Order: sequence, then structure tokens, then C-alpha cells
Amino acid sequence: MTSEEIREVIIDILTDIAPDEELGDLKDDVAFRDQLELDSMDFLDIVMELRKRYRVQVPEEDYGELASMQSTVAYLEPKMQDLEKA
Amino acid sequence: MISLPADEQRIVITGIGLTAPNGNSMGEFRESLLAGRSGVVPYEIRYVGETLAGVCDFDELRYQKRKEVRRGTRAGSVGIYCGHEAVLDSGVDWENTDRSRVGIYVGVTEHGNVETENEVYELKGYDYDTQFWSHHHNPRTVANNPAGEISLNMGITGPHYSIGAACAAGNAGLIQGAQMLRLGDCDLAICGGVSESVRTFGIFASFKSQGALAEHEDATRASRPFDVNRNGIVVAEGGCLYVLERFSDARRRGAKIYGELVGYAINSDASDFVLPNPDRQAECVQLALRRAGLEPGQIDIVSTHATGTSSGDAQECAALRKVFASSERTHFNNTKSFIGHAMGAAGALELTGNLAAFDDGVCHPTINVDELDPECAIDRLVCGEPRELGTVDFILNNSFGMLGINSAVIIKRL
Repeated sequence: MTSEEIREVIIDILTDIAPDEELGDLKDDVAFRDQLELDSMDFLDIVMELRKRYRVQVPEEDYGELASMQSTVAYLEPKMQDLEKA
Repeated sequence: MISLPADEQRIVITGIGLTAPNGNSMGEFRESLLAGRSGVVPYEIRYVGETLAGVCDFDELRYQKRKEVRRGTRAGSVGIYCGHEAVLDSGVDWENTDRSRVGIYVGVTEHGNVETENEVYELKGYDYDTQFWSHHHNPRTVANNPAGEISLNMGITGPHYSIGAACAAGNAGLIQGAQMLRLGDCDLAICGGVSESVRTFGIFASFKSQGALAEHEDATRASRPFDVNRNGIVVAEGGCLYVLERFSDARRRGAKIYGELVGYAINSDASDFVLPNPDRQAECVQLALRRAGLEPGQIDIVSTHATGTSSGDAQECAALRKVFASSERTHFNNTKSFIGHAMGAAGALELTGNLAAFDDGVCHPTINVDELDPECAIDRLVCGEPRELGTVDFILNNSFGMLGINSAVIIKRL
């Protein structure tokens, strides 16, 4: 998966877990929490969906890497580069 | 001579919010009950397949964001809808209400089955590896969930919890609210009952295994308490929450008052897991009457609990014959014949469907009694068509549940 495809995966997940949000305006270099109404349960949803959809594991000590779209994609690139987008 | 309690101890209903399979407001619901309009439809659920159910079509998004609906439970959505509607209906100045003095007491028959079944079903797709079990499971299945979701959505910081009382829960929620107002624990109680039970296959399957799940080629005729050909329960969802206040507070703000809770009782059969006990049911009704300072002959309408099972309906009729034998005034009806058994919501919905009788003097009927079972024959059972009673002063609502829990509430017209 390319970094652009990983970004699309995250947008797909966010579309499900934050259905009231306008994701077209999302700024990749700004923290999710500063532009979306996301709480800790939502971040656990992102982790769970990555696990369910791609069997990607995000250990608890790495949760901070999911702060923004930019940091999330950078963190996931090595984990997902050999995977096909579903 | 019974002396009336001080105004601070008198509890009145000042707001009502509801969703039923045949109406999403008190007005719509009452209209359906007078028109003989059923809310039972063909329904399909996992594993059980095609069956029948009473299903609600209220707008979840009227008071919730899509994310809240996704995160929460159906019971939570039902409760939030009913809670908002009840507060709106009460005319209370909500913006300026001290939310720490509002209590939420929600009756439930069961809670957590829906989410647990869904999660186990999902987990099967992951070969039962529990790392795929949702972190939402616990907050969705804790017993206080429906009340807690109302608290979160409406910003209410007073006490909230659920009352587990099987199918007596709607009455039990109402009684709890009244008790907490009398104790001074809150100044405004949002209370009653909710049901999400049509979303759990286990309820249907268990009734089916018990030989107590209704079947009929015409869904609208499947729920038929007192009929000789009744063959079981139609499971339904729904909710009905009241705003309760002390009479002194309601009078001070000039509130519209639907009625006063003048008597109530809850007792236990202590005799069987599922079979009712007419002696204990009769004692429960008699206790409620005694506490209200009333004779049976003063009750105008008894809203029966009857669910459409072969033994349960006959047992309740035996209890009612015992208590109301000498009453020339009392009429009897049944709401489950229209909407099925709304479980935790049943008691509150069934009472509310009758409250309009204080204004219009009409007793809504029981439908689907084509041939009355002689064992269910009670004088003045209103079947088929509404009956004009003239003045209605007192309504008694019965709700009974498994493990032998009985409840009765009596509402007086003011």
C-alpha cells in the first residue's frame, strides 16, 4: 500500500467512527483532536479497525503515533507497505 | 378517612415522551388505540428467522448525532428520544433547570443481550479470538446503560440508573421516580421504561422453546390476549418516560398535570420462575388500593398486563375477578393486543395509553378477541370498540414479570 492508500484507509475508518464530521477539510499536519470530535474510545476504534481489516497491530505504547493523519501514515507505512488495500 | 399527604409528598405526572410500535407521541399512540391500529409487523431476526414483532420508527437523529447512535445502544436511543420528548412536553424551563437535581430511573426487562449476541456473532468471523472483541462492549452492556446515555445526552448530573424488574419494569421505574422525589433526592424525575428486546434473538428463541411465541398469518392479529386461540407473546420494542414532580412544584409553575400517582405496590410470588401466581397478583393490586385509600369499585379502568399466553392471561383474570368482583364501575382493557409485549416499556406505555381517558372519558379496547376464552371472562372487559365511560377518575395499571414480580400503580385525575 502506498502512503496515499494508507491515508484512504484511515479516511474510510474515520468515516465510520465519526459520521458527523466533514473529513474533506481534514488537515494532515494538525492533530485529529484539534479538528475532529474524537475521544479515547474513537482512537481505540481506529486501532481495532486496523486490526480487523488488515491484521495490523498497534501496541498501546505507540498510540501517540496516531495523533495526526501525517504521523499516522508515517507510522503505518512500514507496517502496511506489503499489504493490498481492501 | 384517609388524609391526603402534604403537597410535597404528592407526586404528579407533568410530561410524557414515548415511542410505541403504533405511535411516536402520546397523541399518535392514543389515536391508534382508539382506531384499533396494530403496530405488529412481520420481522426477521438472526437464527430464529421469520417471526413477528412490534417495531418502532421514531427518528433517532432528532436528539442524537449519528456518532452517538453508533456508539450507544438501541435502548439508549429509545431513552434519549423519550427523555427529550417528556421534558419538552412538561413545559419545564429546561435551560434554567438545575440538572444536578434531576434523577433518571429507567426500567428494563433485560439489558446487554443485544450487544453480547452481536459481538459473539462478529467474533465467530475471527475464530473466537478475543482480541477482536469490542472495547464498546462494557459501556454498552452495563445495566445502567440506557439511563446513562440519557444523562450524557441531556447533560443531567443527578442520579441515573436502571431498574431491572422484568416486565414490571415500566411501573417500577415510575415508582422509583416517585420515591426519590419523596425522599428529596431529586426535584424532577425522568422515569418509566424502555425496551430494545426485538434486537435480541435470544428473547424470541427462548419464548419459542417455552411454547410461548405468538404465530399468526396476519401479523396484526397475532397478539390476542383473552382470545381462546391465543398462542403466545409478540415481542416489541419501545419506551415511555415521564417527567414526575412534586405536586407543590408543579402547581407553583402552573404545569399541565396528567394525573397523580396515588397508590402503588410491588410484591413477589416466591413460587415459580415463570408461572404467575394469581393470589400474589391480587394481593399486589389490593395493597396498591389500600395505600391509595380506595375501594375496588372506585377504579374506572384497569389496564391489564395479559401477554397472550395460555396460562398467564387466565391467571391474571382470576386475580382481577377476586379483587373486583363487587365493582360495577371498573372496566378492563389491554394494550399488548395492539403493540405486542414491549417488555421494560410495557408498564409505562400501557398506563400512558389510558391516561387520555381522564380527558375524553373513553376506555380504549382490547383488540383481536374473536372468541373470548371462558377462563378469561371478566365483566366489563372492553373488546373490539372503544367504550364511553363518562367521567374517569382512577386508572390502575398492572405489570407482572418473570421470577414472580408483580406491580400495580394507580393514577388519579386532578
